[in-house]
Amino acid sequence: MFHRESGYFKTTYQADMGLYPLPIARYAIVAIAALFFILLPAVLDGYYLSIINLVAIAIVGALGLNILVGFTGQISIGHAAFMSVGAYTAANLATKLDLPFWLTLPAGGAMAAFIGILVGIPSLRIKGLYLAIATLAAQFIIEWIINHTPTISGGVAASIEMPRPNFFGMELATQAELYYFLMVIAVIAIVGALNLIRSRIGRSFIAIRDQEIAAEIIGINVFKTKLIAFGISSFYAGVCGVMYTYYLGVANYENFQLITSIDYLAMVIIGGLGSVLGSIFGAIFITMLPIVIRLLMETFGSIFIDDAALAQVIAQFRLIIFGGLIILFLVVEPDGLAKLWQNIRNYFRFWPFSY
Amino acid sequence: MKHLQTGLMTVGLALSAATMATTATAKDLVVGMACDRTGPTQTVGVFLCPAYHDYVKLVNSKGGIMGNKVRVVEIDTEYKVPQSVEAYQRFKKEGAVVVALWGTPMTQAITPNLNTDHIPGTSPGFGTAAAANGEKYPYLFPMAASYWSQAGAAVTFAKAELGGDIKGKKIAYIFYDNPAGREPIPVLDKLAKMEGFELKKFAIPPPGVEMKIQVQDIVRRYRADFVLSHLFGKGPAVHIKEFKRMGYPLKKLLSFVWGAGEADINGAGGWAKAQGYNALNFAGVGSNYPVLDEIKALYKKEGKEGPKQMASTVYYNRGILAAAVHLKAMENAVKAKGSGDITGEDVQKGFLAIKDFKLGGILPPLNFTNLDHEGGGWARVFRVEGDNFVPVSEWIRGYRDVVIQMLKEDH
Repeated sequence: MFHRESGYFKTTYQADMGLYPLPIARYAIVAIAALFFILLPAVLDGYYLSIINLVAIAIVGALGLNILVGFTGQISIGHAAFMSVGAYTAANLATKLDLPFWLTLPAGGAMAAFIGILVGIPSLRIKGLYLAIATLAAQFIIEWIINHTPTISGGVAASIEMPRPNFFGMELATQAELYYFLMVIAVIAIVGALNLIRSRIGRSFIAIRDQEIAAEIIGINVFKTKLIAFGISSFYAGVCGVMYTYYLGVANYENFQLITSIDYLAMVIIGGLGSVLGSIFGAIFITMLPIVIRLLMETFGSIFIDDAALAQVIAQFRLIIFGGLIILFLVVEPDGLAKLWQNIRNYFRFWPFSY
Repeated sequence: MKHLQTGLMTVGLALSAATMATTATAKDLVVGMACDRTGPTQTVGVFLCPAYHDYVKLVNSKGGIMGNKVRVVEIDTEYKVPQSVEAYQRFKKEGAVVVALWGTPMTQAITPNLNTDHIPGTSPGFGTAAAANGEKYPYLFPMAASYWSQAGAAVTFAKAELGGDIKGKKIAYIFYDNPAGREPIPVLDKLAKMEGFELKKFAIPPPGVEMKIQVQDIVRRYRADFVLSHLFGKGPAVHIKEFKRMGYPLKKLLSFVWGAGEADINGAGGWAKAQGYNALNFAGVGSNYPVLDEIKALYKKEGKEGPKQMASTVYYNRGILAAAVHLKAMENAVKAKGSGDITGEDVQKGFLAIKDFKLGGILPPLNFTNLDHEGGGWARVFRVEGDNFVPVSEWIRGYRDVVIQMLKEDH
């Protein structure tokens, strides 16, 4: 946030590595928490909450992908497949064994992590674009297996109807109730990611990304660390899939196809590779931008032409504007929205004495 | 940096303006329509959605539903689930009394909400066949022949084409290997046992456009007496070409509803190349229907040409079907209530009150009951003859008892 930094001197390594760089950050966090957990659900109606819900789900998925792509430097375009693993694991556990969400969520994540580690094994030998193709193969293999195994997919339609999450006997069904459910998970995911990257493991991720041989020389077990990265990333993906499943009330592999993987890759690239905040920005950007563009075009377009004709114009132009804005933001700041945000902050750090 | 500040401010202002303007105006009857004009099924959406608007315009020009104007909120979902969820919530916020869904995964994602929010949703030609069971899904109306019903109609047609006796005949089923493609299989298996014909299945893996080997297999090795096909997107055009290339008589090839469009014929190399090709339809094909003339007249009155989307008589007419059934259900609701102050629950009852609704022959005689949200499961076969699709069967519903039995059991 915007606040003065002068006068605070860090005297220990712990303080320098702290989650809160300045004392004021604690209050900022409290303010943000109050905004999201008290104010927003109180003032917004179901429609706006549903948008935030979608963003919350996307944040978890984007964080997971950013841990792998942004922090460890391993490209994956099979992210959506790991989501589907989590989704079907949770759906089967919830419908066949009647397990509650606080068991199915980690179980879905764990199963996705297991599959993710298997897929990650080739990453020791293959790098860059070649790894991308290997994970692409995983996307199709997982999709095919789910599609053709009735015990996993729950029959020919490959979709399992999911009960609503049950919180101490209370069924979470409305947008506001689901908002709290998803938001709590998203917050845990964000805090987890923030802590992960300041830990020894997180630093070894970054070391591998920056220079693999150097990382190996300073004693990092590259293979093990890469597999951990795949595991954690897939765990996040699995949890994201479970969140989706609970939110939609159905597990369906068609929600998790290649195009979804690409969407998430777009989120972390636009948001900023190797940045937790970037993942959040990317998730917000990709999820909300089409909606905002449409609302704007509906508002201003209806002045000029009638609704029926406008529908066609909006559908087409929205894609053009969406694509254009993505290019624009990447040209303005190739390091993503997180860097852009940092630039804005840096500007105000010295404002009004910016010379 | 100055630019950035002003830029941010403009965006903020625009946003607040947008949120203010989108709150519902006047007391219109609101319909939500999820559309796909830009995603993978755009070839259908660009015809279907304008047709919906045209029909609503026609009704509004006649004074709306008993004096109440109808307003359509259309959202393009790009065939994506998150967008569709957002779109549905938007429809709900706008006060929609009925929503038109689009796409199987999206329909499944929204169905639980329909039941809790008491807003009827429709899914003509997609979604799961089991959804026709209104006792299980009271607020979901497929309102057109499901894949199960289409399978029943297809076998009925094949039987008639093979001279009334299908026993011992070889039937090939070529399908896109996804849930929608596999859905008719249980019905076909059952009918094969019942009628004593031999059924062999040929799966086309995604992306569903490479099928040379399978077609060769069907024509040369299996020597099928009749072929049923269930493909999507570019697949139908490709399979017409491939069967033609193998010298198979297209009269013995029957496609399910998503291989029935003009675009498929054009994609296969034009009408001359596709002579004899059969396809199932759940709405009438062609332009000789009174409702289409009325729409043309409406355009003429405004001094415009008729809608160019009418060129696709297949998908345009399906849009008319969706709009007509929606508005009929709303009309029933308004009549029952005596005022335009209706809710989703009233419209749900309005659907069930639809009896023998044909709209001058463009629709089959639709009847909705508590168990049958398909409206009867009617389909009609149209064949390519000359430069047109001509009907070669009446409105049929084959093996209705089998389908109803499946619905009750829910496989």
